[in-house]
Amino acid sequence: MENIFEKSVTGRHGVDAGTPDEKSVNKIPANLRRVKDSPLPELSELDVVRHYTRLSKLNFSVDSEFYPLGSCTMKYNPKANEAAAVIPGFTGLHPYMAMIDDTAAQGALEVIYNISSLLCEITGMKKFTTQPYAGAHGELTGILLTAAYHRKKGNKKKYIVVPESAHGTNPASAAVAGYSVITVPVDAEGGMDVDIFREKMNDEVAGVMMTMPSTLGVFEKKIKQIVEIARKHDAVMYYDGANLNAILGKVRPGDMGFDIVHINLHKTFSTPHGGGGPGSGMVGVSERIAQFLPQPYVDKNTSGKFFISPDNKDSIGKVASFFGNFGVLLKAYTYIIMLGKEGLIDVSEMAVLNANYIMVKLKPFYDLPYDRICMHECVFTAKKQIKNGVHALDIAKALIDRGYHPPTIYFPLVVEEAIMIEPTETESKQELDMFIEAMKEIAMTAQSDPEKIKNSPSTTRISRPDETKAARELKLTCF
Amino acid sequence: MNVKDGYFYSKEHEWVKIDGNKAKVGISDYAQHKLGDITYVDLPPVGKAVKQLEILTGIESVKAASDIYSPMTGKVIAVNKALENAPELVNASPFEDGWIAQLEISNPAETANLMNAAAYKTFLSGLEE
Repeated sequence: MENIFEKSVTGRHGVDAGTPDEKSVNKIPANLRRVKDSPLPELSELDVVRHYTRLSKLNFSVDSEFYPLGSCTMKYNPKANEAAAVIPGFTGLHPYMAMIDDTAAQGALEVIYNISSLLCEITGMKKFTTQPYAGAHGELTGILLTAAYHRKKGNKKKYIVVPESAHGTNPASAAVAGYSVITVPVDAEGGMDVDIFREKMNDEVAGVMMTMPSTLGVFEKKIKQIVEIARKHDAVMYYDGANLNAILGKVRPGDMGFDIVHINLHKTFSTPHGGGGPGSGMVGVSERIAQFLPQPYVDKNTSGKFFISPDNKDSIGKVASFFGNFGVLLKAYTYIIMLGKEGLIDVSEMAVLNANYIMVKLKPFYDLPYDRICMHECVFTAKKQIKNGVHALDIAKALIDRGYHPPTIYFPLVVEEAIMIEPTETESKQELDMFIEAMKEIAMTAQSDPEKIKNSPSTTRISRPDETKAARELKLTCF
Repeated sequence: MNVKDGYFYSKEHEWVKIDGNKAKVGISDYAQHKLGDITYVDLPPVGKAVKQLEILTGIESVKAASDIYSPMTGKVIAVNKALENAPELVNASPFEDGWIAQLEISNPAETANLMNAAAYKTFLSGLEE
């Protein structure tokens, strides 16, 4: 398929903006005026529409098919969210307006205030910032808050402890913030090995980053013990809330003893991601961390007026422009108030039920390394299929031929040949049954005709791109 | 799976070959096999000091990004520059051309915390069960 530049025909155009009049041109300083035409493709409106419509048809999205990508929560995003995000009063509002005259931005400030309050209630935290642009940015913010807390207390800290079952971004965020990482393995049940954790803890540990439920899709049963041990060394407990969709209305990180939480609004609270839109990694903190939160911060006075809080010298400052991705906040806010408390509890119950349904149904066909009730996702391996030379990658590719987006594979790293499935609450039983049938059929074919699975996908325009070459020979083309 | 005599191995599948107070470090044939096609080796800076079994550097394959732990305490005195353009050497020749860094070691007795070839072979057969 030709790209948009290859389609260009000299002289063709959709809209003719005309020649600018001399008077307007003269207003631009001479040294800033364009002398050569910009290297844009020349196309008619129809050329452009067809090009992008065709491209969109090649795209795989949750709007068209089931997308059980573990650890990524590719749930359906209700269209009502989008409707709220395009209300002209919001889209036309300049972010500086709130700084100049907050009476003109009361609605937007109310959204920021309300979503923060709602998330405080959902997570049991004291205060939230809307600034971070995505999960990993939220993590970095959280680690900077950890550092600010210790600095204020005069603590000398060097390490962040991360269990093996955490998200891969956790150790990366800690390292970016300048800490060394101590890794703790998991026990036979998939939780952090508390004995090893106790052994590795020391007074130089600044914080402990837990992904809850973990990337193994299981709840950390010994969390109370873990928090107690961390407290003894004045280590801050960090909750990676990327998997918050499994525990809504059931248990709160704040009640478990966590000090800092990041939430991926684009996952749990249903705003598009994965190429479909920017993210938001709101960060919530407990009482003892609250003073360090990024600013500006929205508050409400006794007469109900929303205002931007005055500068606070303990704040770590800004981590993003204005209040972060405001459009994303609007979508998540819509989702939360649309579902309400009961609805959010249903979200988690259905997400967990769906994952367990798949787990139980596929258990006879795929190896299940941690055989216990799972949370919102389940982790299988390709161990049974490897005997016939079929790997997790091949199973993933075979699913493409059957109309499914592949699940996450080779992650979490602690599970060899992992296949991690997260159905989410938005899929019906019928849809799950069809997926289970497809997985069963792949397992059978892997036995009877392994070559067929190893040669899939056969229905796509390109069968298997050379992933090694793509990763080794990086080539970025810019115009 | 190839295991070479004369090398010491860590449980994390790094090897070290000691020559006086110098020690070359790489990953085992088992490790490269499990990782799959290596796409990038993050060469540690020369001069970096590292303790035994602490993170020396990182390696990326089509499947995953992993840490490489230092089998010995020491200081990096050389790195295998050839890996910059040819990370596949780790797959093709994990014990020779695919070496990653050379350390100046301070305590040769630390090999007591590692496995020799025979012990590593037994360790691997335990993993394959």
